[in-house]
Amino acid sequence: MSAPREAPGKRTLWMALPILALLVWLVLYPNLFVLGESFLEDGVFTLEAYRHFFTSPSELEALWGSVWISLGSVLLSGMVGIPMAFLFTRFDFPGRNVFAALAALPVLLPPLVGVIAFLFLFGESGILTRTVQLVLGLESPPWRMIGGPAILLVHAYSMYVYFYLFVSAGLARMDESAAEAAWSLGAGRWRTLFRVTLPMLAPSIVAAALLVFMTSMASFSAPYIFGGGFRVLTTQIYSSKVNGELSMAMVETVVLASVSLAFLALLRRYERGREYAAVGKGVGQIRRPLQSRWSRILVPLAAVGGVTFLLLPHATLLLVSFVPEGAWTVQILPTRYSLDNYRSLAADPRIWRPVMNSLQMAGISTLGVLIVAFLSAYLVVRRRFRGRGLLALLVILPWALPGTVVAIALSTTFSVNAPWFGRFVLVGTFWILPLAYFIRNLPLVAEAAKASFRQFDPSLEEAAHSLGAGWGETMRRIAFPLVLPGLAAGGMLAFVTALGEFVSSILLYTHTSRPISIEILSQLRAFDFGAAAALGVVLVVLMALVFAVGGRYLRAGRVARG
Amino acid sequence: MSSSPGSRRSGAGAPILSLQGLVKRFGTVTAVDHLSLELQEGEFLTLLGPSGCGKTTALRVVAGFERPDAGTLTFQGEDVTEWNPQRRGFGMVFQNYALFPHLDVAENVAFGLKSRRRPREEIGERVEAALERVSLPGLGSRAVQALSGGQQQRVALARALAIEPPLLLLDEPFSNLDAALRERTRTELRLLVKELGITALFVTHDQEEAFDLSDRIAVMDGGKLRQVGTPEELYRNPTHRFVAGFVGRINALEGVLEEERGGVVRVRLDAGPRWTLAPGPEPGPCELLVRPEDLTFVEAGTAESLPGRIRDRRFLGAYTLYFVDTETTGILEVVSRESGPVEGEAVGIAPAPGAGLHVFPAVGAS
Repeated sequence: MSAPREAPGKRTLWMALPILALLVWLVLYPNLFVLGESFLEDGVFTLEAYRHFFTSPSELEALWGSVWISLGSVLLSGMVGIPMAFLFTRFDFPGRNVFAALAALPVLLPPLVGVIAFLFLFGESGILTRTVQLVLGLESPPWRMIGGPAILLVHAYSMYVYFYLFVSAGLARMDESAAEAAWSLGAGRWRTLFRVTLPMLAPSIVAAALLVFMTSMASFSAPYIFGGGFRVLTTQIYSSKVNGELSMAMVETVVLASVSLAFLALLRRYERGREYAAVGKGVGQIRRPLQSRWSRILVPLAAVGGVTFLLLPHATLLLVSFVPEGAWTVQILPTRYSLDNYRSLAADPRIWRPVMNSLQMAGISTLGVLIVAFLSAYLVVRRRFRGRGLLALLVILPWALPGTVVAIALSTTFSVNAPWFGRFVLVGTFWILPLAYFIRNLPLVAEAAKASFRQFDPSLEEAAHSLGAGWGETMRRIAFPLVLPGLAAGGMLAFVTALGEFVSSILLYTHTSRPISIEILSQLRAFDFGAAAALGVVLVVLMALVFAVGGRYLRAGRVARG
Repeated sequence: MSSSPGSRRSGAGAPILSLQGLVKRFGTVTAVDHLSLELQEGEFLTLLGPSGCGKTTALRVVAGFERPDAGTLTFQGEDVTEWNPQRRGFGMVFQNYALFPHLDVAENVAFGLKSRRRPREEIGERVEAALERVSLPGLGSRAVQALSGGQQQRVALARALAIEPPLLLLDEPFSNLDAALRERTRTELRLLVKELGITALFVTHDQEEAFDLSDRIAVMDGGKLRQVGTPEELYRNPTHRFVAGFVGRINALEGVLEEERGGVVRVRLDAGPRWTLAPGPEPGPCELLVRPEDLTFVEAGTAESLPGRIRDRRFLGAYTLYFVDTETTGILEVVSRESGPVEGEAVGIAPAPGAGLHVFPAVGAS
């Protein structure tokens, strides 16, 4: 029986209040602050900045640019991800398992690192570009990796994974007997696909689409590196901030945040609306071996080709990381290779310092995230109290806020020392980046912890109480061990995300505590591609390591839970 | 029902547990409505009722998981209403067993002992003893998921018993077992509880289960207690219309209660015949409830006889159950030990000699 849990009032309140206060201060307050500032000019209320935004062609161009890039990203990612999900769930062919796992590879590229890998491949002097130029005997490069199409290419590469994973999961959950019923009622293969299968997959497809839209609204690295003259809101905010046009930066931030929050609301509403899980026991997916001779040759070929394409950026990154400074100028492939870049990782403090910085800042922020996420997940899932809805909202809110928005909010609020208003000077100190990472990664870990709490029945805690365990002992011996796998997985993901974080870092970093991503950028600016790539490889390896360890740990956890 | 060991006492001595006017509301719904009940030491008492009657909520109030909105709970003479569950120390078996999935069988059973900081050797001995008691010796190192449903249920019981609770609470612990296993397990449970002399409060919606296990049964409906008594009392002398209808098979007839000269009380059935009753109830429109075995076939045409036609019959070994179509009062069930009328035959129905006729004021009448 799922009667409302008894809230032993005082303890819940004593626990909830500090966490609520902390999140109001760090999540809500800075954003409200930005909202307020966007209406102020020299301390007077005015709509001047908004009027300027909505009449300026370049600002509207940026808004429109963000929207159409996002729509295009949804379309392209869907066109790649959905067929791939069908291919790997519906058909059986040699090597299927390997390819299915490799298809999630783009996840293993931190935002900036993925972008520079594309630069090395498809950029004006990229490996692929020069190869085509040479083969066709062209005078100039066959294409220029710049503007909207370039951004779309990077987005499609990194974001189709959402469609691929969501639709694969949807297909795995789906009751195959619904399609069989359609056949038995005389529907052909295509009619079944369009009238039964795809509508049943609609929740997965829509959720993936909304997610891609939001991710691409928030995307900064690709437009920043490849944009050229192409404007989107995130890069526009960055240049306003750098040029000191602060009121314009505020307005742009508010507009970007509003669009993202609107989509969060849409997504939540949609998720609440529908879920087509199998109604009865149903029939699971049956993988068919490929029937015709042609498809038996073509499908694996396409799979190999696709995966090779997916692997190219990783391979390029690795290759370039062995290139010493100045050894790659006009050739297709670099001429010399050495371990210099990796040696300087150990020897040159300019290079290893950022790695240590990132490890330290990611570690601190993740520790904070773990504690706050565990407690707030417990409160939201297990307790009833006033302000529970607010807590749930504050925990999820940063997920919808682009990194640029988080950074602007923090840099605006924590640039002044006014303790009575909860403002302290953190900008220019070490602490501003761990704080930004904390806020950005909180939703991820809290969701993982919430899911784990929901997975086990509250009667387990009651059973512990009935056996004589008090609140603390029950948390320690029952709740914590059961939530640990989910919490640990979320924490590891948060750690690697913080390690490679770029979008807020570029607006907040200080030179002495600059993270890896900023060092990659400055090596890139100094045309030391090898050093940039080597740092990128370090990030990817750390990420892969965490996923490998985390994956094993998670699987072990699942086995223990049956 | 009296073949089981142990005593079926009612109301002797000071109660070990006493519920006084307990009220529990969830929003506008009153789940438990002024529930008062007493348990004697060593007694096996069942809260019986349809789903949503408040029995589980009542049990959770006793366990300490829900704080009552009004009323008090006294255990061994002490007011424990404000005590939290761990202080009460009542053992509980949950409907879904609530076994800790990250602990093995022995660790599950040892959980409460560790909370009590018992020495390691003692814990080991008591865990093994508890597992032996529920016929699972040597399975301590198994993962709980590796056990069958019946075994999981026994582990849950062993875990609750290991702390030697002064009171054992059971929330529909058999509902996830198949029929055959359920019957065997409940016999074992009653024997075990009686052997250990534990006081038990049991919750179920299954009447047969309640009759099998309990010294006394408390029937609940709509959050209210309707009647407490031994299974036999509930069956023979239901004091509430709901209890009469909920416990066992019964026929419902409508009529008017009339008192005649000389103190004779009769029911004039709407269908015509008059049946004589023991004196007592107030005259007026009434509902008459009669168990199938309290009706018998008589010659048609007498003043007592309710006419009908045999619609169907079911041979059930010791007796035959007849379904009699009476044009005026629908289908009545009649039990007969002899092979009586055949299908389609016209018959008359009347109360058997010494029959229990249960009269309640008609629905809607004051």
